[in-house]
Amino acid sequence: MADAGRIVTGVWAGIAVMVVGCFALKYAGLSVPPSVLQHPLTVRAVELIPAGLLGALIAVQVLADGASVQVDARLLALGVAAVLLTLRVPFLPMVVVSAAVAALVRQL
Amino acid sequence: MTSDRSIVVDSLGVGLATGACGVSFGAISTASGLSVLQTCLISLLVFTGASQFAFVGIVASGGNPLTGALTATLLGSRNLFYGVSLAPRLDLDPLARLASAHVVIDESTAMAVTRDTRRQARLGFYWTGISIFVLWNLTTFVGALAGDAIGDPRTYGLDAAVGAAFLGLLWPRLATWKGRIVALVGAAVALGLVPVTSAGLPIVLGGGVAVLLGMLWRTRAAS
Repeated sequence: MADAGRIVTGVWAGIAVMVVGCFALKYAGLSVPPSVLQHPLTVRAVELIPAGLLGALIAVQVLADGASVQVDARLLALGVAAVLLTLRVPFLPMVVVSAAVAALVRQL
Repeated sequence: MTSDRSIVVDSLGVGLATGACGVSFGAISTASGLSVLQTCLISLLVFTGASQFAFVGIVASGGNPLTGALTATLLGSRNLFYGVSLAPRLDLDPLARLASAHVVIDESTAMAVTRDTRRQARLGFYWTGISIFVLWNLTTFVGALAGDAIGDPRTYGLDAAVGAAFLGLLWPRLATWKGRIVALVGAAVALGLVPVTSAGLPIVLGGGVAVLLGMLWRTRAAS
């Protein structure tokens, strides 16, 4: 029982540390002084961050399953999304159709 | 020029697709042995998906909760970089920063940093962040209560929808060769790191390497 009690306390302590840590990072990022932000290096980096991060986000979102790389219906859905974007289909219908394609393929 | 209305509609679309995935967090968290109260507090107070999953994953596999917390915080470090790119676009005073920091996440950042004006950056940021926050917490509660019985969001293709949404946001940046190469390098490095690093790190490292490469390229072209 003492062990169970310690584990439960440990989880609460872990949650507390995680809450403080995650919020501190979010707040610190927004609070970087303008002088740092206006540095030419920062300006160039900030310009490139969306493309780099979105590329990485897409790859992980679409091809990762835990710690392994996996090709499944998500990649087909991304391909459909790319075709729809080329055809200039608006954002929301594009997202809905590509989700529907993934759902449909998984039903087969 | 994108209209305000379409930014709100797009933001709600991303909010719906992402927020609904809280169901899987709620179900996995309670299945990992956390209580419904702990599960809901994590979604309310941590509110950064990859970090939340990392924490319950480590606790479920018998890891020390403090190790889980440190890993989760490390995963949350990308929000620090998001903040740096958001700050000049949102242009918030200190009190607004304190109130807004909590909704700095992948999706709210992605929907803000691609905008041309401060007004539209704020529209994308708040509509995306707040709609995800509300829905993510509601669906966490539902998932925690119902557990696996509620079904897998993958059945509805919601996981694929998030990828499609990110591609839609990236699309305008693929107009130049530099944008294409930076995005491809980010994707390739992240994917290569997936098997060898913990969840969330491939995004930071892949994005970081791509940005560094892009900066070096610019330097060489200029000299």
